[in-house]
Amino acid sequence: MLTTLFGISIFVFIVLRVIPGDSITGSLGIETGALSETQIQALREYYGIDKSLIGQYLSWMTSFLRGDLGFAYSNGVSVLELTKAALPVTMELALVGTVLGVIMGISVGIFSASKPGSIRDFAGQFFGLLALAIPGFVLSTALVTIMANKFQYFPNGLEYMTPWQNLSTNLQQMLFPGLVLGIAVAAPVMRTTRSALLETVDKDFVRTAHGKGVKARTVQFKHVLRNSLIPIVTMTGIQFGYLLGGAVIVEKIFALPGMGRQILDAINKREYATVQSSVMIFAILFVTINLLTDLIYRKIDPRIK
Amino acid sequence: MSTVKEKNWVNYYFQSVSGIVGAVLILLVLIASLASAFGILPHDPLEQNPVDALKGPSGTYWFGTDQFGRDIFSRCLDGVRRSMTVSITAVTIATLVGVFLGVVGGYFGKALDSLVVRLSDVIFAFPAILLALAIVNSLGNSWIDTSLAIAVVYTPIFIRVARGPVLSVKEMDYVKAVRILGFSTPRAIFSHVLPNVLPPILIQVALSLSWAILTESGLSFLGLGTQPPDASLGLMVSEAQPLAAFAWWSLAFPSILITVIVIGLNLVGDGLRDALDPARRSS
Repeated sequence: MLTTLFGISIFVFIVLRVIPGDSITGSLGIETGALSETQIQALREYYGIDKSLIGQYLSWMTSFLRGDLGFAYSNGVSVLELTKAALPVTMELALVGTVLGVIMGISVGIFSASKPGSIRDFAGQFFGLLALAIPGFVLSTALVTIMANKFQYFPNGLEYMTPWQNLSTNLQQMLFPGLVLGIAVAAPVMRTTRSALLETVDKDFVRTAHGKGVKARTVQFKHVLRNSLIPIVTMTGIQFGYLLGGAVIVEKIFALPGMGRQILDAINKREYATVQSSVMIFAILFVTINLLTDLIYRKIDPRIK
Repeated sequence: MSTVKEKNWVNYYFQSVSGIVGAVLILLVLIASLASAFGILPHDPLEQNPVDALKGPSGTYWFGTDQFGRDIFSRCLDGVRRSMTVSITAVTIATLVGVFLGVVGGYFGKALDSLVVRLSDVIFAFPAILLALAIVNSLGNSWIDTSLAIAVVYTPIFIRVARGPVLSVKEMDYVKAVRILGFSTPRAIFSHVLPNVLPPILIQVALSLSWAILTESGLSFLGLGTQPPDASLGLMVSEAQPLAAFAWWSLAFPSILITVIVIGLNLVGDGLRDALDPARRSS
C-alpha cells in the first residue's frame, strides 16, 4: 500500500510536472516573452522550479505530507481549503450513485435470473448491456435537456446547497447525477447478481431447503440471495472506485462543485499545483476504497485467508 | 492426424447470437470509417451552409444539420473514423507493450517481474478517465497524444491478462521440455507460451476497444481531445448541449452511434469469450 502510494506520487509528479515545460509559461502564456531575464529567474524561484527535479519532488512531497497542498494562483485560495469543500460533494455523489446502482442492479439481476432464457431474462440482459454502453455524459446531457425543457425542472441550475444548508435541495441536486452514475454501476452489479444467483440455485443446500418444504420465497431470499451476496459486494466495491472517475464528467455537466470539477477547472486555468495535488488526493481515495473493499471481502467470506 | 475435422473457434464464434450481432455492428462501423477515410461522404463534414442551419433529418441531410448548417451524417461518420483510429491505435500500443511486459515479467520473474507488477499497480490506482485527462493535459490534444494517453491507461490490464497464464504455462511439462531440448528463450516464449495465453488477450482487446471508445469520447466531450471544427462523437455531443432542446437530432445521432459501437464491441467480446473458452462451449 505504502509502496504503491510512493509510486503513485512519483508517477503524478512525472506526468504533471516534468512533461508540461514550466508553470510560468503556463500561467502567463505568451506574456512570458515580455519578461526580462531577472524577472523570469525570480518567478522560477517563486514557483520553486529553479531546483533540481528531485529537489522539486521532495519539496512537493514534504509540504503535501504536512497538509500544505499549494495555492491556486488565480485567487490565492489554498488547495486544502478547496478540497475540504469539494471532497464531501464527490463522496456524497458517489454514495448516492452506488446506492441507486445497487438497488437497480440487484433488482434487475433477480428479475433476469428468475427465469433464465426467457424474454424477461433477455430484457434484463439488454438493460445490462445498454447501461454498460451509454456513456455517462450522453445520459447526463439527455437528462438535463429533457428535464429542463420538457418539465422546467432543473435543481442543478440553482446554487449548490450542502446537506446542512438545505437537505431537500441538496438531494434533488444529487438525484440525477446520482442516477447517471448509478446506471453505470447497475450494469456490472446486474450481471454479477444474475450469474451468482444462477450458480447458487443449483447448489445442494437449495434443493434440500426446497425438499424440507421451505416456502419458495423464503428459499429465494434466505438461501439463494444471501449466498450470492459475496460477489455482489465485491463488484459494488470495485464499482465505487470507478464511480469516482465517472464523477469527473458528471459533476461538470450537473455543476456540482466536487473534486472532478476542481481538477477540470484547474486544468482549464493551468493551475498546475491544484491539478497535481487534486489528482494525488483522487488516487489516494481510490486506493483506500479498493483496500476497504478487499477488507470487507475478506470479512464476509471466511474462506479467503 | 484425426480424420474428423475439429471445429475451430471461428465456427464456435458464429454459433453465438451476440457474436454475430456484434460482428455485423462492428463491420458497419469499420465500413463507415473507411468511407470517411476515402472521402466517400454525402457532404464535406466541415462545409458550412448557413441557409440550411438546424434542419431536421431529410433526404439531403439524413441526420439533419447543426447550427452552422453542417451535415451531421457526414460529421458522424468522420467522428466514427476519428474515434476508431484513436481507439485502435491506443489498444494496439497497450496490447503490444502490456503483453510484452506481462510475458517477460511472468516468464523471468524476480526483480523484473516485481517492477512490472508495481508499475501496473500504480497505473491501476487511477480512475481511467482521470489518468487519461492528466496525461492529455501534459501531452497535448493531437490524436496521437490522445492515443498515447489511453494506451498508458489500458496497458496494465494487458500486463495482468498476459502475466497470469504465463506463470502457470511456464511450469507446464511441454514448456519445460522445450527448454530441456535447448531451444532459445525467445523461441520458447513465442512458439510455446504466447499461443497459449492468446485467447484471454483476444477477448481483452475487444473489451478494451469499447472502453477506449468511451474514454476517447469522454475526453473530446471535455474539450481535451479532438478540437473544433473537426468532428468527433464526444465533441458533437458536447456541442449539441445548447441545441438539443429544439434540434434533437444534433444530440441523438452522435449519442446513438457511440452506444452502438460500444455495444458492438462488447458483444464481440462476449462472443469471443464463449468461442474461446472450452468450458463455456460445451454448455
